Amino acid sequence: MLLKTLTEAFGVPGQEQEIANVIRELVSPYCDSVETDALGNLIAIKNGNEKGPKVMLTAHMDEVGLMVMFIEKSGTLRFKPIGGIDPRVLVSKSVYIGKNRVPGVIGAKPIHLQKWEEADKPFDIDGLFIDIGAKDKEEAEKLVKLGDGIIFATKYEDIGNNRAKAKAFDDRIGCAVLIRLLTMEKRWDFTIQGVFTAQEEIGGRGAQVASYRLEPDMAIGFEGTTASDVPGSKEHLYSTSLGKGPALTHADASIVADPRIVKRLMEVAEAKGIPYQWRELTTGGTDAGRIHLVREGIPAAVVSVPTRYIHSPVSIIDKTDYENAVNLMAAFLDSIEERGLPF
Amino acid sequence: MKDLLKKLVETYGPAGNEGPIREVIRKEVEGLVDEVVVDALGNLIAIRRGQGPKVMIAAHMDEIGIIVTHIDEKGFVRFSNIGGISPHMLIGQRVIFANGTVGVFGMEKLDDIKDLRLSKMFIDIGAKDEASAREKVSVGDVAGLCRQACFQGDRVIAKSLDDRAGCAVLIQVLRELANKEIPNQVYAVFTVQEELGLRGARTAAYRVNPDIGFAVDVTGTGDTPEAPTMAVELGKGAAIKVKDAVVLTHPRVRQFMIETAEKKGIPYQLEVLERGGTDTGPIHLTREGVPSGAISIPTRYIHTPSEMADMNDIENVVKLFVAILEEQLDALIV
Repeated sequence: MLLKTLTEAFGVPGQEQEIANVIRELVSPYCDSVETDALGNLIAIKNGNEKGPKVMLTAHMDEVGLMVMFIEKSGTLRFKPIGGIDPRVLVSKSVYIGKNRVPGVIGAKPIHLQKWEEADKPFDIDGLFIDIGAKDKEEAEKLVKLGDGIIFATKYEDIGNNRAKAKAFDDRIGCAVLIRLLTMEKRWDFTIQGVFTAQEEIGGRGAQVASYRLEPDMAIGFEGTTASDVPGSKEHLYSTSLGKGPALTHADASIVADPRIVKRLMEVAEAKGIPYQWRELTTGGTDAGRIHLVREGIPAAVVSVPTRYIHSPVSIIDKTDYENAVNLMAAFLDSIEERGLPF
Repeated sequence: MKDLLKKLVETYGPAGNEGPIREVIRKEVEGLVDEVVVDALGNLIAIRRGQGPKVMIAAHMDEIGIIVTHIDEKGFVRFSNIGGISPHMLIGQRVIFANGTVGVFGMEKLDDIKDLRLSKMFIDIGAKDEASAREKVSVGDVAGLCRQACFQGDRVIAKSLDDRAGCAVLIQVLRELANKEIPNQVYAVFTVQEELGLRGARTAAYRVNPDIGFAVDVTGTGDTPEAPTMAVELGKGAAIKVKDAVVLTHPRVRQFMIETAEKKGIPYQLEVLERGGTDTGPIHLTREGVPSGAISIPTRYIHTPSEMADMNDIENVVKLFVAILEEQLDALIV
């Protein structure tokens, strides 16, 4: 099951080997080449007509997580976030540490021992630690080492009516969209450069070097983006809503999406009757923000699957949005074959 | 030059939506240069070929504005900023969309005006309901501030002097050099998306691959009541940049600008800007690095509908660039 496999894989920024290997296995039979670059990006190429354009499609493999920074005498671990995590969501969560998945629990001073003023405030990172059941530093050091990445121990589950919950839908859902496109039997008559990027969560670093290397004619990034259609949010601040289709971006903090690509996406969605929505917030940034500024500039856009509770131990998507993202992108690629690039 | 400046500041072109201003500028520069190209991000590059070093001079053609994020069931438009916009500055102002639709800003009831945020404001385009609003604007549409330019004495008061004044300088420099032989190749670049993080200059500089880079933009002043300390004043001449938040200008380039101004008797002042950056930032970090400088136009009330500059300063910036480009610049290259 693709979504389960992808979301449960390990891959904090800079430590994407496991998720990269998972994806490599899945796409290799369908691609002409699959390589890993110096920063850990997985680059899967499906060649088309040599004279045709090069279209880069990206999704980032990395997930927000934590990193072991210090081992206390007592054998508990101190840690820091890698990527944007709200410290208020951390206490009492189960985690896995390192590629051997050493289980642990994020602990804190128990409520019985907190002073009144402490109990009124959420724990910050310095008030938290990870307990791996080690009785002292020596025992802990046999299991983990400084710099080990830490992921949430969340299992994938289907819930509700065609919805799913898992960690790391940001951006394993984007990876799923890209894998689905790369593994289609159909071959387009232009080259598709599928890039599963590294280190997006710490500033789009992988995407920057991958696009420098590949020099595409255009790029689209697939993302799991914020859906804030929840109690407490005003409707004009939802950004996106679950079940209303893939979200297109006009502008976020990192890019003004190329209007010609956005227009083509709208056209194919409307022609095929595929629902879509606008990402209504302009905050946040993605790989496309880095990509479009590489070399002489690369026209780029973003297609997202709305995701509730991103950057937390568990997030929720509507799988119809995911299916429609795949349909929209397949139709978009068809349109390039029929009509050429949108500019 | 007033006519040119008026036309430039009043033309629509918020960051990411520079189409109309680009066409106005294209008409001005065609005929003054050998080639005009538009790159993938929309930068307009006017190329004057010839002998000598490649000199890139950038002025950004984008302006601040707002982007529609949501339209509610009563037809009120929610928005976010394009570039640096203070919510307090917007009260009572108007914006204009590319299709000519005008909107006025309103705000939710607030107990304290200090709580004003863009998310608590809306634009009223006079629509009676959602459907009629959607006939005029869509999510993602962008609007710029709505104001006419006004010339009073030596001063100009207008929106978007940041950086249409710089664009006017570049066009005027190309005009004055049009029939002259100069020992340099000039790449006049009208950049996009400066207000969103100096984006256009980055890809343009990569493409141009210049030997020397310059930017011309506006800078703040310290000459108003209780102003922040800053040794730049309106009417005191072209402001030769020493530093801002994204560049320390190359000492050799800076010294050359100072010497040229003194030799030609062009009034100048030195600019040390603590916050804010210009296109010189990305230009000087392009590829293997580019020796770069910048000349600024002292401007009050930047990022408001009523920025103010002195026409003499603008003329002096033109004179200084013309003088620089008439000089042999090989010695400035590493």
